[in-house]
Amino acid sequence: MKFGVVIFPGSNCDRDTIYVLREVLEQEVVTLWHKETDFDADVDAVILPGGFSYGDYLRSGALARFSPIMTRIAEFASNGGYVFGICNGFQILCEAELLPGALLHNASRQFVCKNVYIAPDSKIAPPTAFLPKGRVFKIPIAHGEGRYFADRETLARMRVNGQIIFRYCDETGVISELANPNGSVENIAGVCNERKNVFGMMPHPERASDDELGNTDGRLIFESIIKFIQGNG
Amino acid sequence: MIEHQAMQQHEVTMDTVRELGLLPEEFEMIKKFLGRVPNYTELSIYSVMWSEHASYKNSIKWIKTLPRKGSALLAEAGAENAGLVDIGGGYACAFKIESHNHPCAVEPYQGAATGVGGINRDIFTMGARPVAQLNSLRFGNPKLERTRWLMRGVVKGIGDYGNAFGIPVLAGEVFFDDSFNTNPLVNAMSVGIVSKDSVVSAVAKGVGNPVYIVGSATGKDGIHGATFASANITENSADDIPSIQVGDPFQEKILLEATQEVIKTGALVGMQDMGAAGIICSTSEMSEKGKHGMRIDLDKVPLRQTNMEAWEILLSESQERMLMVVKKGRERDVEEILNKWDIGYAVIGNVTSGDSLEFYYHNELAAKVPASSLVLGGGAPVYDREYSEPEYYKEFKKFNMNQIPEPADLVEVARFLTAHPNIASKRWVYQQYDTMIGTGNMTTNFPSDAGVFNLKELNKALAMTVDCNSRYVKADPEVGTMIAVAEAARNIVCSGATPLAITDCMNFGNPYNPEVYWQFVKAIKGMAKACKKFDTPVTGGNVSFYNQSSINGREEAVYPTPTIGMIGMLENKNHHTTLAFEEKGHMIFLIGKSRNDIASSEYLYSYHGIKQSPAPFFDLDEEFAIQQALLDLIARNLVQSAHDVSDGGLFIALLESAMPRNLGFDITTDAEIRTDAFLFGESQGRIVVSVSPSRETHFIDYMVEHGIPFTALGHVTKSEIRIDDVSFGFVADLKQLYDTALEKIMA
Repeated sequence: MKFGVVIFPGSNCDRDTIYVLREVLEQEVVTLWHKETDFDADVDAVILPGGFSYGDYLRSGALARFSPIMTRIAEFASNGGYVFGICNGFQILCEAELLPGALLHNASRQFVCKNVYIAPDSKIAPPTAFLPKGRVFKIPIAHGEGRYFADRETLARMRVNGQIIFRYCDETGVISELANPNGSVENIAGVCNERKNVFGMMPHPERASDDELGNTDGRLIFESIIKFIQGNG
Repeated sequence: MIEHQAMQQHEVTMDTVRELGLLPEEFEMIKKFLGRVPNYTELSIYSVMWSEHASYKNSIKWIKTLPRKGSALLAEAGAENAGLVDIGGGYACAFKIESHNHPCAVEPYQGAATGVGGINRDIFTMGARPVAQLNSLRFGNPKLERTRWLMRGVVKGIGDYGNAFGIPVLAGEVFFDDSFNTNPLVNAMSVGIVSKDSVVSAVAKGVGNPVYIVGSATGKDGIHGATFASANITENSADDIPSIQVGDPFQEKILLEATQEVIKTGALVGMQDMGAAGIICSTSEMSEKGKHGMRIDLDKVPLRQTNMEAWEILLSESQERMLMVVKKGRERDVEEILNKWDIGYAVIGNVTSGDSLEFYYHNELAAKVPASSLVLGGGAPVYDREYSEPEYYKEFKKFNMNQIPEPADLVEVARFLTAHPNIASKRWVYQQYDTMIGTGNMTTNFPSDAGVFNLKELNKALAMTVDCNSRYVKADPEVGTMIAVAEAARNIVCSGATPLAITDCMNFGNPYNPEVYWQFVKAIKGMAKACKKFDTPVTGGNVSFYNQSSINGREEAVYPTPTIGMIGMLENKNHHTTLAFEEKGHMIFLIGKSRNDIASSEYLYSYHGIKQSPAPFFDLDEEFAIQQALLDLIARNLVQSAHDVSDGGLFIALLESAMPRNLGFDITTDAEIRTDAFLFGESQGRIVVSVSPSRETHFIDYMVEHGIPFTALGHVTKSEIRIDDVSFGFVADLKQLYDTALEKIMA
């Protein structure tokens, strides 16, 4: 498969994402510079990596959504192309209204970086469809603005459509306030659009994909995405 | 024309000299260098370049006595922006530690943020890509609102800058003591990796080559910052807030990426970041190093505010700026990259022959000074300070442990220490830092005494740590500093790596106080001895004096703190060793000797409130032998875990090994040694290891054969802590206490 990884000025998880795609998952990767207005037609999926695009001094993702590449990505998505946002990438996709909801400052008002556990909810989205059943996944988070929010109607619609893909939980899978690291509504850690071709999550699966780091739960998420897209190719 | 300018500028009098922090004899030296009276701009230049912060005038004589040579060193200490160590495979490691104490005392958020920015620039200005950061923080009593304010600001400042810049924090330390109530210590270290053929030098040469200023525009922030850092903190220090710079991690991040690309073009002659003393420091250091001069047109410097005078532009410490000397004719290659990243730049002058720095402003010569007269190793003054042994030193040695009654309830002591801010979990701090970006942190899921970063290019890993126990150094600067080096090495070794080299950050009071200077001299002597023993040359570092406050006329210096930042090499990643007990039934051994010693322990200091005692027991040869033995044991696969005994003593070391997997331990103490000393004493040269039953015989055989002192303590249990058949509670309960103690204080 061919992935396009977007580089905004201030992206800082682009190298990590590219490393995991190329070296761990053995996929083809091209980089997409934020000033570009087009990319190769044979790109199967676009990833917006984590970071602080344009510094994120205003509000995470608020500037990046206006960058030239985003017009092309919106078009790619509306044609059914797969778009995956991780952390800052997720924030950008929400700002660009390619995903529902918004990401607010953490309830603690502090940046938080640690391992958390997430449980798949909807099992029909690319990141969850091919995950091993009956278990939770240990994936690190690192963000200051990761508190997912959507209004009640939107949430209801998302539930019906299977758009909630991950929720924060504890080691045993219990979804509780105690296991919620940032105050996200309904412990939501990741969502997708109605069509299931655009999806985003705050936890960083690319940081849990390398054997040498002692946790490869994140690799399972990438593998599910690849399998899903190949199956629908 | 210079004479004429001098008339137009502020008049230079002896009052001006004093206001700028220069001594009358230094003024005489300047006149001799110039052959005339300097104008105000020139005097300002000398005042920052000859400040303690930039010139090391009161420390360099002693710094030069440190072991600074080693076969793996690629740059001599002080010769480049950071130390450079060969790590094989065509790569080098650039690393350095630096203080940002003074700015943090008055504006903790920006002070800490720009400290992180500055140290990372030192690394990437050499062409290296930073891969890890460490920090060493000291605050006053956490019960004080000021301490919590400082701590919130410093931690958020480090986090906001480093997280956006995108380099993980791999290790660090936080220590509280009343002596830091006014002056916190904020030491930041950065570690970078560079291909040896991409190393960039901070040099200017080639007459006619253009000089670029790259990055942020220049403003009035940070003017006289270096001078500010060279004086005591007083009640009026808050008035100096304009001396503090403001950080922009986004600009730094794009500067990093752009400079990495510029280096690849081969169009660069040299590069230097702008930190303390801004344009004047970078132009003079690069010129002096290349034995050339520069002609700089200050009108061309992009400014962020109007009405700046020549001396303000020269001294500004606006952040995220670099000075580049580019090969003439290759300008386009460089500019294309800077344009791609939307980074501001301007050609502000060119390299000239001779060693004269000429600065023009509004078409007039504003200053003309010989570059060599400004810098360390050139014309900057070097002082031999007097020192004398303070009375307290002998007083502390009079301490007698027999006067301290052993508490009846040691369980209560254990709980007290577990929840003490100096010992309890620092997660309130480190969870605000991105510790996992870069997909190289090998300790997130496999905790070890040192931070360990995976060098994917080399199939090796780099271990790193920062250490210093200020209390030991106060009690005995020479022994305390040897302990700091030894503890750093112990942490490296416990993680399975071999110590390679150090960087040091010397945080002391006023060097003009002979008793403070005695602490400094003794610390240097201790460091030299220990570094020779461990074969870890000093690759560079930083001296921060004047960490001393003048409150109501009373001078209070901080506890002397020579922070040691050490790196080590894990040639074989399979040898990476965790501090965590692995499973129930494994045997627990103590490598090293238990001693009847509670001197300078957290237990004595905080539980008994006895602040005057000597440094804990330490023997350099014994320490070295134990560390070598552990490395050998790890290479032979004979230990499952290794954790050094340090703050809080053996009990805390055992607890820290037990907590990650919620296991317990059952041990017996030594009848020959007081139980409180056995459990809570901090005598040095001890390591707790766990050994699987299948390897126990091999382990014991090895220890006996090599004559290494060791004791069988007991074994790992499911969840309870038992000592001499007395229950000390369940690990889960103590873990809760340990994890939340600092969070409760900060809430």
